[in-house]
Amino acid sequence: MDDLSEFHGVFFDEATEHLDGMESLLLSIDVNAPDKEQLNPIFRAAHSIKGGAAMFGFQDIAELTHEMETVFDRVRKGQMPLSKDLVDVFLISGDLLRAMLGVRKDDGDEVPREEVSALCARLRLFLEPEATASEISVMVAGSAVKVSGGEAVQAASASTAPPLSLARGKSDPEVPEATVKRRKTKKSAEKSPPAVTAGISTIAPVNQCKVNSNEAVTPAVTSLSPLAEKKDFGLFVDPATLPANLPGATAMRPGGAKIDELKGVAKPEAATPSATDASSIRVSVQKVDQLINLVGELVITQAILAQAASCADPKLYQALSQLERNTRDLQESAMSIRMLPISFVFGRFPRVVRDLADKLNKQVELKTEGEGTELDKGLIERIVDPLTHLVRNSLDHGIELPAVRQAAGKPAKGTITLRAFHRGGNVMIEVSDDGAGLNRERLLSRARERGASVSDSMSDQEVFQLIFEAGFSTAEKITDVSGRGVGMDVVRRNIREMGGNVEINSNLGAGTCISIRLPLTLAILDGMSVAVGKEVFIIPLTYIIESLRPIAADVKAVSAKEKVVRVRGEYLPLIALHEVFNLRPEAREVHEGMVVILESDGRKTAVFVDALVGQHQVVIKSLERNFRRVQSVSGATIMGDGRVALILDVAELVDGTAGTAASTTRTTAK
Amino acid sequence: MAKTILAVDDSASIRKMVLFTLKRGGYDVVEAVDGQDGLEKALKYQVNLVLTDQNMPRMDGLTLIHSLRELANYHAVPILMLTTESSDEMKSKGRAAGATGWLVKPFDPSRLLDVVRKVIG
Repeated sequence: MDDLSEFHGVFFDEATEHLDGMESLLLSIDVNAPDKEQLNPIFRAAHSIKGGAAMFGFQDIAELTHEMETVFDRVRKGQMPLSKDLVDVFLISGDLLRAMLGVRKDDGDEVPREEVSALCARLRLFLEPEATASEISVMVAGSAVKVSGGEAVQAASASTAPPLSLARGKSDPEVPEATVKRRKTKKSAEKSPPAVTAGISTIAPVNQCKVNSNEAVTPAVTSLSPLAEKKDFGLFVDPATLPANLPGATAMRPGGAKIDELKGVAKPEAATPSATDASSIRVSVQKVDQLINLVGELVITQAILAQAASCADPKLYQALSQLERNTRDLQESAMSIRMLPISFVFGRFPRVVRDLADKLNKQVELKTEGEGTELDKGLIERIVDPLTHLVRNSLDHGIELPAVRQAAGKPAKGTITLRAFHRGGNVMIEVSDDGAGLNRERLLSRARERGASVSDSMSDQEVFQLIFEAGFSTAEKITDVSGRGVGMDVVRRNIREMGGNVEINSNLGAGTCISIRLPLTLAILDGMSVAVGKEVFIIPLTYIIESLRPIAADVKAVSAKEKVVRVRGEYLPLIALHEVFNLRPEAREVHEGMVVILESDGRKTAVFVDALVGQHQVVIKSLERNFRRVQSVSGATIMGDGRVALILDVAELVDGTAGTAASTTRTTAK
Repeated sequence: MAKTILAVDDSASIRKMVLFTLKRGGYDVVEAVDGQDGLEKALKYQVNLVLTDQNMPRMDGLTLIHSLRELANYHAVPILMLTTESSDEMKSKGRAAGATGWLVKPFDPSRLLDVVRKVIG
């Protein structure tokens, strides 16, 4: 009946939160002048994890956090200085704890015990100087040497050992505990004979010795005269006087007048079961997703109703428009539940940057702006890897070594800035550095070596996009950090899969800024509906620059199949949507229909359609999940009239003409 | 009417475990996330027993016990400290603050129930 496993999930979440908090504090703390307000939470994090781990029987976690707690208790009390070394060991311990938690969560392989022991030993080393020299007091009365310098060690064995045994189901922990204690005492005594001798000269009278061991072993507890005491539990008052044992005492009554003196305090209410007034609650993501899904269905139903009733009774129409507003509000509220501040992602980078800068012998300061910018949880999770890659790339390729920077007249310490902000229904995330910048010539020559079709007339944007090609790297030396050219293509693909795109701006010598544009959410999007034949397609609004009807003279054929359209002096490749999807269009000639100009990854493309239908907020339904993947289509939605409309995958559509785009540009250049 | 217990602990997992155990034992439970919250909840709900952790943000367990004992209607309410520190020093401090007793963490859920039954029946 005492299966505690159902609380494990809570413990894992809680421990992870503590570890995150601890890590960010460790990274921001000033080693030379630590703030007490920062030290206490670090201590408490270790303490809390230890408490939970011991409670739920995760012995190795309890063991490691115990050592951490012991060390940090000294630090926070000012008995020990904080050092970079200590911060390092704490960070490593945090990593190991995370791994240990991960193992428990997935029921995977055990973290090697030796690793835990080694780290514990390393932590204990920090205590060694004190433990062996300054705090040793010796009891002369017995033959046993009591090392109170091992206070922490003893308190530890007193507090950890018996309960752990309890958790394991043993009933009498007294014996092993005593043994542990004796062995430890003996060990530290043997280790430092001179220190002990030194200690003896400062022996305090026995009766003044500070006794802090477990009462089960030491008789000194009798001074507290506990009335009812076991090893793990004790009462300071006579059980007979306890309310439970008083005749007629069933519940406490507010006793006396003092309660009324408490200003502004309402009369105590009768407690309601599990009355938690917590300002937030934990809800599983599945529940939220289900809610959002249902709201999506509601939006669709509402749209169908609105369309059907548009010619009906005005009263019904009025009520329906009210319903539309309510539905929209409901949808927004539901979506906002899934929104998380981007600090969830940014928070991990101080560590990434610190570790990597150390490894590369570079000096880097990481700045973050707009951490409060909110993004859908699904996007938050998926942006972590691409962003990590970009930051590592900036650090490895962008930021120069201190000497190189100084030679170039820059401060030795480079800066990487992570910025997040909203721009017109999108979330922008920028990774910028003040490093070397991208070398256009080098990129072009590298592309030529690889046999790519490039030309000197390509715009900077187009040249910079080359770094996203698979296998592309200009790094002279391949490091284990980056330079293999594996990854940037994955970065772009991942971001596109999220419905976003990447742009690069760079100034040689001054730095690079990579901007990621993401939709606010994966569940709804603002789109323009366009008609082709009898079909309706949705184009995400974020890609659309403008729509126009070209005159016949501006449309030129560059080959039997390929056409370009001239827009404000610029020739853009033209895609006829009816050809892509093999449909019979209403408008045969381009000047009879409409052209929508799209921009993706810095490339512009014109898409030829019959007509523009309207602008909608649409609920995205996965086509893959319900049907199969379709080229150039990212999803589907249900329109107000109940018909299914396909949502165009603009990046893929534009990519299909990439070759054309390059050759077109060259043609016009000639 | 079921007796009400105030459980004060900054650790959600331990709070949940205590809550679950005590509810199964037939008690009503009010949770608080730290000493300060515990004090506020104690004022809001008259409880029959307070279980408190020691090391917590904002207000620790000893301060909570001190503050509760200054309130007339918490003068005689039993307060148990649930603590990882079972040192005599901690015990004397707890006793001086006005704690009724202590229980060492970690504990078995059934052990907790035993102790609570012993104290408030």
